[in-house]
Amino acid sequence: MDRKLVKRRGDTKWLIERSGKMLVDGVIYGSEQIIAEMDDMVVQQVRDVAALPGIVEASYAMPDAHWGYGFCIGGVAAFDPGQGGIVSAGGVGFDISCGVRTLHTGLTEEEFMPLREALAEALFHTIPAGVGSTGKVKLSASQLDELLVQGAHWAVEKGYGELDDLRFIETNGRAPGADPAKVSNEAKKRQFDEMGTLGSGNHYLEIQKVDEIFDPDIARAFGIAAGDIKLSIHCGSRGLGHQIGTDYLKQMIASAKLAGIELPERELACAPLNSPVGQSYLAAMRCGINCALANRQILTHLVREVFDHIAPKAAVKLLYDVSHNTCQEEEHTVDGKKKRLFVHRKGATRAWGPDRSELPSEYRKFGQPVLIGGTMGTASYILVGTEENEKLSFGSACHGAGRNMSRREATKRYNAREVIGRLAHQGILIRSRSLRGVAEEAPGAYKDVSEVVESTHNAGLARKVAKLVPLVCIKG
Amino acid sequence: MWEHFHHQADIGIRGVAPTLEKAFEDAAFALTAVICSPAMVKPLHRVKVSCEADEHDLLFADWINALIYEMDIRKMLFSRFEVRIKGHQLTAFAWGEPVDPDRHELAVEVKAATYMELKVFQRPDGQWLAQCVVDV
Repeated sequence: MDRKLVKRRGDTKWLIERSGKMLVDGVIYGSEQIIAEMDDMVVQQVRDVAALPGIVEASYAMPDAHWGYGFCIGGVAAFDPGQGGIVSAGGVGFDISCGVRTLHTGLTEEEFMPLREALAEALFHTIPAGVGSTGKVKLSASQLDELLVQGAHWAVEKGYGELDDLRFIETNGRAPGADPAKVSNEAKKRQFDEMGTLGSGNHYLEIQKVDEIFDPDIARAFGIAAGDIKLSIHCGSRGLGHQIGTDYLKQMIASAKLAGIELPERELACAPLNSPVGQSYLAAMRCGINCALANRQILTHLVREVFDHIAPKAAVKLLYDVSHNTCQEEEHTVDGKKKRLFVHRKGATRAWGPDRSELPSEYRKFGQPVLIGGTMGTASYILVGTEENEKLSFGSACHGAGRNMSRREATKRYNAREVIGRLAHQGILIRSRSLRGVAEEAPGAYKDVSEVVESTHNAGLARKVAKLVPLVCIKG
Repeated sequence: MWEHFHHQADIGIRGVAPTLEKAFEDAAFALTAVICSPAMVKPLHRVKVSCEADEHDLLFADWINALIYEMDIRKMLFSRFEVRIKGHQLTAFAWGEPVDPDRHELAVEVKAATYMELKVFQRPDGQWLAQCVVDV
C-alpha cells in the first residue's frame, strides 16, 4: 500500500482522514507488515463506504482486509436508521452468513491418529462438496419456507442435531425477522437440493489438532486443551444466499437512485433502512442467514454419523458457530447514547466481549469465541471477543487469512499434486475431487494467518486463546 | 476471444468480439472456464435463456447471472452459446451437459456476477468488449 494514503495512529491502527464525500473517517487495523502488503484498493473501498448515508463512527477494515467489490472483504460499517442509514446487499456479500463452525470431537491426538485415514475417507464420501453437488435432504416449497424462518432450529427439530447445539450458535441458531415471502422463487429453487452441501472454493471441512494454548483459563471455559482434536466447517448459504444477493443488488441500484444516493461504484448499491426495499432485503437476508445456519447444522449431523460409525468413543459437540457475511441489528453505544444500529460485516466476524446475555452461560464471563479459519497448510485460531472492541469496530474482528494472490496466479504457480504431496509430508491429508481447486487454494495464495491474528490480538479486536493445526482437510 | 483478468480474491471474465452478441457469448465461455475446462463440456442439451435490462452492461450482468442460475438448478455446465440482443431484450440458447466430476476438471462454483469492473462498450478498433468480476 502507498503509505501516504493512511496516517499511523498506534502500532496497529491506521487512519484515513475524512475528506471529499466521506461522512466519517476510515480506520484500518493491522501491523506495519499487514499494511505494507495491503492493496491500495482497500483504502478506496473504505473511503467509498465512509460516504454512504447514515454511517456511524467510522468505516473499518480488519487486518485480513482485501480488495472486494463495493465494500472490501474484511469491511465493517454500522448505519443508523434514524440518520437516514442504509442497508447494502453488496455490503453483506453474495454468500450470506458464510461462516465457521467448530466442533469438539472428544478425542485426543493419540486416539484420533489410528483412525485418521478411515475418518478422512468416510467424511470425503459422506459430505457432498464441489461443483454440482447435491445434498441428501430434499425439501418441498413449504419445508424450505419453514427452514428459512427457523434456521438451525428447523434442522434440530427434524433430527439433525441436538437441542443443546443451538445455544452455541450466534443469535441462538435463528435470525429473527426472516420472511420467506421476500425471497424470490429463483432463490428458493436453487436451494431445494443443496441443503447439507459444503460448496467449493475456500469452503472446507477440517479435522484439527489444538497445537498451542495462549490463554489457559479461557481455553478451559471453551473446552479446549492442548492435543484435543476439533473439527471445523467453513461454508455458507449456498445457492439461495447467492441468488438473494443477486436479486437485491439489482433492486438496490434503482433504490439508491430513487433515494438520491450517489454511488461511486454500483456494487455499493443500497436502500435506506426505512424503505420498502431496505426492509425486504433485511427479511430476505435473514432467510439467507437461517439457510446457512441450517446448512452447517445438517453438516454437523453428517459428521456425527461418520464419527459414530468409525470413532464411537467420540462425542461431537458444538464449540461455537460464527457468521462472516451479515448485516445484524445490534445495540451499541455512540456518543454515550445507546442506539440500534445495523452493522454490516463483510468477511468479518462478530467478536463480542464478556457479559452479553446472548452468549452461552459457560462463555459469558469471558466473551464470544471468535473462530478464524486459516489455509489447509497453516493454522486456524480461536480468539475471544474483548470489551474494548465495542469502541474499536462495533465488536468485530478478522475472519481468516485473506487472499494475497488471485486464483489465476495460484494455478500458474502451484501444481496441485505437489501441494497435496507436500502437505502429506507435513502430516496433513487432503481429500478433494478437484485438483485445480487445490491449486487455487494452495496455502501460499493466502496471507500469513498468524500475522493477521497477531494484528487482531495487538489491536485489541479479539485476544488469542488457541492455535489449531490441520490434520485432514476435505475441499470441494 | 475470451480471457480472464486479475482480481485479488475473485476473477474477471471478458469477451472481445466483432459484435455485441459474440462478446456476450465469448464472456460466457470465460465463465465456464472459471468453473471447469470448457473443452471437456459436450454441447449436448440446449437451454433457453432470456433477460432484459435498460443498459448493455446491466444486461450483461443479467446474462451471466441467468447462466449461473441455470447451471445451479440443472447441475449443468455450458460450452456453446448463441445470443440475440434486440434493444433491451436478450434471448439466447446455451448448450451443455450435466456436471461430471470425473471428466470436467472442476475448479470452483461461481456465486454471482458482480458489478465490479462491469463494462460493455465498442472499442475504437470496432471490437465489442463485455466483462465483469464474478464472485467465487
